[in-house]
Amino acid sequence: MPTFVYMTSCDGCGHCVDICPSDIMHIDKTYRRAFNIEPNFCWECYSCVKACPQNAIDVRGYADFAPLNHSVRVLREEKKGVISWKIKFRDGREKDFVSPIRTTPWGSIKAPSEYAPPGKAAFAAQELAHEPDALNVPALPALAREKLKQGIL
Amino acid sequence: MALFSRRKTIRVDSDILIIGGGMAGCGATYESRYWGRDLKIVCVEKANIERSGAVAQGLYAINCYMGMQWGENQPEDHVRYARNDLMGLVREDLGYDIARHVDSTVHKFEEWGLPIMRDPATGRYQREGKWQIMIHGESYKPIVAEAARKSATQIYNRIMVTHLLMDATKQNRVAGAVGFNVRTGDFYVFRAKAVIVSAGGASHIFKPRAVGEGMGRTWYAPWSSASAYALPILAGAKMMQMENRIVLTRFKDGYGPVGAYFLHLKTYTQNAYGEEYETRWFDKLRESIGDYVDHHPVPTCLRNHAFLEETKAGRGPIRMVTKEAFQDPHKETVGWENFLGMTIGQAVVWASQNIDPKHINPELTMSEPYVMGSHATCSGAWASGPSDYAPAEYQWGYNRMMTVEGLFGAGDTIGGTAHKFSSGSFTEGRIAAKAAVNYVLDLRDQPQVSEAECESLKKTVFQPMEHYAVYRNEIVAGTVSPSYLLPIHGLQRLEKIMDEYVGGIGANYTTNEPLLIRGLELLDMLKEDLAQIGAEDLHQLQRAWELQHRVLASEAVTRHTLYRTETRWPGYYYRADHPKLDDNDWHCFTLSRFDRNSGSWEMEKAPVYHIVD
Ligand SMILES: Cc1cc2nc3c(=O)[nH]c(=O)nc-3n(C[C@H](O)[C@H](O)[C@H](O)COP(=O)(O)OP(=O)(O)OC[C@H]3O[C@@H](n4cnc5c(N)ncnc54)[C@H](O)[C@@H]3O)c2cc1C
Ligand code: SF4
Ligand code: SF4
Repeated sequence: MPTFVYMTSCDGCGHCVDICPSDIMHIDKTYRRAFNIEPNFCWECYSCVKACPQNAIDVRGYADFAPLNHSVRVLREEKKGVISWKIKFRDGREKDFVSPIRTTPWGSIKAPSEYAPPGKAAFAAQELAHEPDALNVPALPALAREKLKQGIL
Repeated sequence: MALFSRRKTIRVDSDILIIGGGMAGCGATYESRYWGRDLKIVCVEKANIERSGAVAQGLYAINCYMGMQWGENQPEDHVRYARNDLMGLVREDLGYDIARHVDSTVHKFEEWGLPIMRDPATGRYQREGKWQIMIHGESYKPIVAEAARKSATQIYNRIMVTHLLMDATKQNRVAGAVGFNVRTGDFYVFRAKAVIVSAGGASHIFKPRAVGEGMGRTWYAPWSSASAYALPILAGAKMMQMENRIVLTRFKDGYGPVGAYFLHLKTYTQNAYGEEYETRWFDKLRESIGDYVDHHPVPTCLRNHAFLEETKAGRGPIRMVTKEAFQDPHKETVGWENFLGMTIGQAVVWASQNIDPKHINPELTMSEPYVMGSHATCSGAWASGPSDYAPAEYQWGYNRMMTVEGLFGAGDTIGGTAHKFSSGSFTEGRIAAKAAVNYVLDLRDQPQVSEAECESLKKTVFQPMEHYAVYRNEIVAGTVSPSYLLPIHGLQRLEKIMDEYVGGIGANYTTNEPLLIRGLELLDMLKEDLAQIGAEDLHQLQRAWELQHRVLASEAVTRHTLYRTETRWPGYYYRADHPKLDDNDWHCFTLSRFDRNSGSWEMEKAPVYHIVD
C-alpha cells in the first residue's frame, strides 16, 4: 500500500492530509475518510501514522519486496516526549523500543527577535547569531587568504 | 485561457523569500530574523514544514559536528576529510566556512530540546564516528520547524514554487518567485528583494531498483524533486559539478543507513563466501586513480567500486556481519532504533522477511544515483565564498550568492560542500541568510516585477490542467491518450533514459560519449513532450512541475558528465571511454550555464583552490 487506513477507525479529520510530505493522503469523496492515493510515492516516513489521533493508519510493506503479515506500529506521545515502537515479524516474534523525542516543552524555543539586537559592526563581521558564545570556544576560527593555493595537492 | 482565467492571483511582498522549509530553509528563516529585525521574511514550502524534506521521519545522528570545545576536530580537519572523500574536488572555502560555524548550530539544537546522547564516561556528546554524534532525533524536524515558525513573518505551506521571477529593470537580478497552492489552486506571486533557494536534492532522476509499489522507497526522499537545481538553472545561474551524482551502499530494499553499523556497532562487510573483498580490488584501482585507495578513510566511491566489482565477479550477495555485534543488547537496540529514527521502511522490510540481525547477516545493495549537495557528494549551484578569505575567483558578491544577483542558496542547493549533512545544511542556511540581510540593507534600487511576465507564467503553470481538460474526452477512459502524457509517464521515461544512457543501475553505472549524446537527444524529445503533460487535478499538477524540474536537472547532469572526460569517482559512475582519473586536465570544477532564451548550455572549467595542506 504502503500506508492504508482502517475504514472503521478513521473519522475524516484530515490531520494526515495536512502533514504528508508527499501530498498523497487524501480524503475519499464517497466515504469521507482518508486513503493513500499514490502508494508508489510513499516513503513509509510514518508522518501520517504518528499524526493520526485515531490510530487509523497502518503500513503494509511494499508489495514488490515485503512478504505479508508483519507490522511496525508506533505511538508518539508528544506531551510525554516519548515515542514507542512495536515490531512484529512475519513469524510472530516481537521487539519493543522506546525513545525520548524532546527535552524541553513544545513551544519553548526563544525567537531570535527576543535576543538583544546585534550592533552595527556585527553585520560586517563573520560571526553568526549567538557567536562566538554558542561555539563554546573563545573565537570563531578564520583562515588567512595567503594560504590559498591553486592546483593539485 | 477561458478555463482558468477565474483563478485567483495572490501577491505577497517580502524582503527575503526562502524557498523550501527543510533543514537549510529553517536555518535561513531563523538567521534572517536575527539580523533583519524589521524585515519581512517569508518562507514558502510545498509540503508542511512540520515534517518536510529529507528529515521528515527524523534522524538518528548529526553527521557534521566538530567538537571544537573539546578539541576533537578543527574546521581544517573537516576540509581535508571532505576533499579526500570527493577525490580532491571540493570548494574548500565554503566547506571551511560551514565547519567553523556548525558547532554553534548544534549547541542551539540541544538548547531547543533535541535529545543529544552523551558519553557517560566523558560527558561529551556520544560520538558515532569522528564527525557524527548520536541523537534521539525523531522530532528533529518539528523542533527545527518551531524555530523557523517563531522567526518568519509568514510561512506558506503547500505552495509548490515553479519559477523564479527576474527583475524587469536590471539584467541578471532575481525579483521573486511564482507557484501555486496545491490545495486551493491559487496562483502566488512572491516579490522579494533577496531569494534563498533551499529546496533539497534530487531523487527519481535515475530508475530506482524497485519499480512497483516500492519505487517510493528510494534512499533520498521521493519528494526531493530537483527544484533546488531547476529554479536557479532556469534563472541562468551557474551550476557546478552536476556530474558528481552519488550512489549509496545501503541495506537491501529499505535503503537503511549503514553509518552507525560501521562506525558505532563495528560491523563489517563480507561477500557471499564470508571473505573480505574490498582490498582485493584496490591494486587494480591504483592503476586508474592513483593512491586515493591508500588514503584514510577510503573514499566512499571507491568502496562502492569494490562492492560493484565483487558483485560482477559473481560473489554476491554482499552482507553486513551483524551477528556478533548484535549479541550485545545495547548494540542491538542502537541498530534497530537507528532505523526507527530515520528509515522506518528498513525495519518494515526486516520484519516482513524475518531478518533479525542477531541471527542473520543482512544483505546490502548499491542504490541508483541521486543528485544532491550535502552528503558524500556535492553537486549544486556555484556560489560566492566568505569575504574574509575566499579567493577572487570564488568571490563576486555576498556569501552564498549565486551568479544571479540577489539569488542565494543553502543545503543541497549549493555545490562543492560535501559532508555538511543536516547540521551543515542548517548552518549554510544561516550563513546565506546573514548575507542576504546585508544585501537587502545595502540595496538601493528595488527589483521590479513585470505584469506581463507574471501573466505568462500563470498560463504556463496551469497549462497541464488545461491540456488535460481539453483532451480527456477524446478517449473513453484509462490512462492512454494520444494527446497527453501523465506525470508518471514522463517520470518513468526520464528514469529509463538516465538509467540506460547516463550511468544508472541498468548500465552498471557506466556510460560514454555516444551514449551521453544519444541520451541528450532523447531528453530533448522528452522536453518537447513536457508541453503535452496532462494533469487531472492539483496533486498531479504538483507532480507535473516536479517532473519539469527533474528533467532540467537531469539535462545538467548529462551535460556535465559529457564534459568531464575522465573517471574521477569510480563507484559513482564510469566514463568507459576515459577510464582514468586525469589530474592534469581535470583537477578543476566543471561549470555550466543555461541560457533560457536560446536553450543552449555553456560549459567551462573553474580552478580548485586548496586552503589547507
Ligand atoms: C535516509 C537519510 C538519512 C540521512 N542521515 C543523516 C544523518 O544521519 N545525519 C545527518 O546529519 N544528515 C543525514 N541526512 C542528510 C540530511 O537529511 C540532509 O543533508 C538535509 O536534510 C539537507 O537539507 P536541505 O534543506 O538542503 O534539504 P531538505 O531538508 O530536504 O529540505 C528541502 C525542502 O524544500 C522543499 N521543496 C522542494 N521543492 C520545493 C518547491 N518547488 N517549492 C517549495 N518547496 C520545495 C521540500 O519540501 C523540503 O521541505 C540523511 C538523509 C536521508 C534521506
Ligand atoms: S488522521 Fe486518521 S482519522 Fe484523521 S483523516 Fe487521517 S486517517 Fe482519518
Ligand atoms: S508514510 Fe509518509 S509518505 Fe507515506 S502516506 Fe504517510 S506521510 Fe505520506
